[in-house]
Amino acid sequence: MKILTQHIDVPGIETIDVFMKNGGYKAVEKAIKTMTPDEITEEVKKSGLRGRGGAGFPVGMKWSFLAKPEGVPRYLVCNADESEPGTFKDHYLMWKSPHTLIEGMIVSSFALGANTSYIYVRGELMYVINILEKAIQEAYDKGLLGKNILGSGYDLDLFVQPGGGAYICGEETALLESLEGKRGNPRNKPPFPAVKGLWQSPTVVNNVESIAATSWIVNNGGDAYAAIGVGRSTGTKLISASGHIKKPGVYEIPLGITVEEFIYSDEYCGGIRDGHKLKAVVAGGSSVPILSAENILTTDAGEKRLMTYESLSEGGFATGTMLGSGGFIVMDETTCIVHNTLTFARFYHHESCGQCSPCREGTGWMDKVIKRIETGKGRMEDIDLLVDVAKKIEGNTICPLGDAAAWPVAAAIRHFRDEFEWHITHPEEATKPGAVYMRPGASWSN
Amino acid sequence: MKVTIDNITLDVEPGTTIMQAARMIGPEVAPPAMCYYEPLQGSGGKCRACLVKVTAGSEKDPRPMPKLVPACITAVQDGMIVENTVNDQVLETRKGIVEFLLLNHPLDCPVCDQAGECHLQDFSFEHGVSSTRTVEERNTFEPVDLGENIKLNMNRCILCYRCVYTADQITDGRVHGVMNRGDHAEISTYIEKAIDNDFSGNVIDVCPVGALTDKTYRFKSRVWFSKPMDAHCACDKCSGNVTLWYRGEEVIRVTGRKNQWGELKEFICNTCRFDRKKTADWVIEGPTEVARHSVISANKYGANMIRPAFPIAQAARDFKQIDDNRDRSFLENKSILPAKK
Repeated sequence: MKILTQHIDVPGIETIDVFMKNGGYKAVEKAIKTMTPDEITEEVKKSGLRGRGGAGFPVGMKWSFLAKPEGVPRYLVCNADESEPGTFKDHYLMWKSPHTLIEGMIVSSFALGANTSYIYVRGELMYVINILEKAIQEAYDKGLLGKNILGSGYDLDLFVQPGGGAYICGEETALLESLEGKRGNPRNKPPFPAVKGLWQSPTVVNNVESIAATSWIVNNGGDAYAAIGVGRSTGTKLISASGHIKKPGVYEIPLGITVEEFIYSDEYCGGIRDGHKLKAVVAGGSSVPILSAENILTTDAGEKRLMTYESLSEGGFATGTMLGSGGFIVMDETTCIVHNTLTFARFYHHESCGQCSPCREGTGWMDKVIKRIETGKGRMEDIDLLVDVAKKIEGNTICPLGDAAAWPVAAAIRHFRDEFEWHITHPEEATKPGAVYMRPGASWSN
Repeated sequence: MKVTIDNITLDVEPGTTIMQAARMIGPEVAPPAMCYYEPLQGSGGKCRACLVKVTAGSEKDPRPMPKLVPACITAVQDGMIVENTVNDQVLETRKGIVEFLLLNHPLDCPVCDQAGECHLQDFSFEHGVSSTRTVEERNTFEPVDLGENIKLNMNRCILCYRCVYTADQITDGRVHGVMNRGDHAEISTYIEKAIDNDFSGNVIDVCPVGALTDKTYRFKSRVWFSKPMDAHCACDKCSGNVTLWYRGEEVIRVTGRKNQWGELKEFICNTCRFDRKKTADWVIEGPTEVARHSVISANKYGANMIRPAFPIAQAARDFKQIDDNRDRSFLENKSILPAKK
């Protein structure tokens, strides 16, 4: 079942003519001519679509929180600042099929009553920005954007804004600050963007994938979307699969397939590369807790873990993780978890905005301590120190970057403490190139 | 609206923040503030020193808030119950905040002009632990001159953004802001431009630490050796109400007047601050009462030292007898001590 990537391999799908031949922009016509904004919001609510950027907040609910005071403009902002290590799905979708996003933007803007909308694209993706600009121009030429769209009296202007290359600008309020031309510091909440967002006006910020899915929901109805998936995890999800698998890439999966199927079936990842065994998985982008092979394939209750929001988080952080943004990083037994954790910690150290003290100082501290352990200068008390620092960052910061920095470190120690200890007790062996600790009796050990 | 903070209930106007309500009760329950500065719009929420536990959100919705909330920017709801000094999670988190703020701080209090009136000193004394867990190298920056009267020592900066808001709201033609990210972020002026503005000196007064210091006062004295006097003059730029800091007969420093929370009552101009350093320039009103618990007021005006009770209790709890068996009997025998000159 494919929704977003159904026609993605059709040659020329990036042009509006081919896109329309394949059923594109039908949702715009249907929405604007036959539906009211409230009806669209209702369908999106019925669909159970959850935000695809990482937090998984229901999109319909977010839309219904939008304040609608008289005489104040409302804005829709598409968050295309995808910078989470391990996640590259939005990039793929916008590059291959820009009109899928633009169609969704028009439908969603109409539903929210926004007359100006923005797509905030990660600055590194300059060529994608060019593709989007071209596609938007095509849509203007066909009368799908601009004044009086399809003769309905509804006006919409769509702008693409390149980001400056900061991970923090993927946080919705930092994104809005950046969009206003300021330094990308997250704002204190409340007020939430739904009340005071862009230029102090009510604003909805949604991920590329969430917005792109709304046009299918308009075409086929919320119930049809909700029929896909399991429980509260409805519809399809783009998963960016990377790491030691045979077929890395972006896959659209119906939520609810098992993790085992996703990793081992030929339709998706195709299994671990030859001669190697699964050791660990980061299931939703670098900020979610890492899990060992046993924990990712089966839950505590002994059931097979599914690719859903609920099943992945089953067991809390003790044995579970999160679906996050769908950055699925698979690691085999040649991966050193300490080195991997250092890479993540260094990333968050580099990307912390420096506004609030726990994150600013804590991310740097964790980076330095893990660096010491990795280079053979660790002390046994450093492990508990890391756990404590992570605990003191978590939940005490302005934005979720603090949590995102703390979770991977805490989880790596929770599940692979022996590996950190080995680095400290065997500094000479551990600092040899390619040296990896083999846990006695583990499924991945030689 | 009724709000309960540390088991003390009071009535406040709608829109009051937890910090403002706690300050109405008094310094015993007021959370520490390193970045929040009431006269500056938009300040607060950054240092996380004032995190408190809300055990009941409001009368209507008495569920506790899941995370600790910053008292300085969280508005009270009717029936809200807040725990500050009585909550162990809050105190533990605050210890962590002290540790984070001191992580890259040079701890050069013995040579720092701010020592004695430094909010970070007070905060770490009241809420921190006496030992450190870090062995990492600290981040360092080169000292910068911001114009002819202000010195910036980024090593001591805790990035509270108060000076940024001051430059933004009090002065015109702002050239002062933050560059870079994370623990490399630094206060800076636009391409090394000097701050050239009549009210730029106020960034010194709002700085909670010794990052921004007055070059006309640098290394002249320790604050506890100087005597503050309220004075005023007829100034055409500002109100002219200031505090003069005397050492002997000499005015070594001029600052704005501060309230109990260390916040400026009025912003003063650079002429008053840097140029009027003779007693003849001023009409003296009398000794300044330093309401903030402070080393400045100690031993000067009798028993006006206000000390929140809980840090003392905290210190007593954490106090460890140092294993030291040197002969201390001379301390009891006063006659052995050298006679006063």
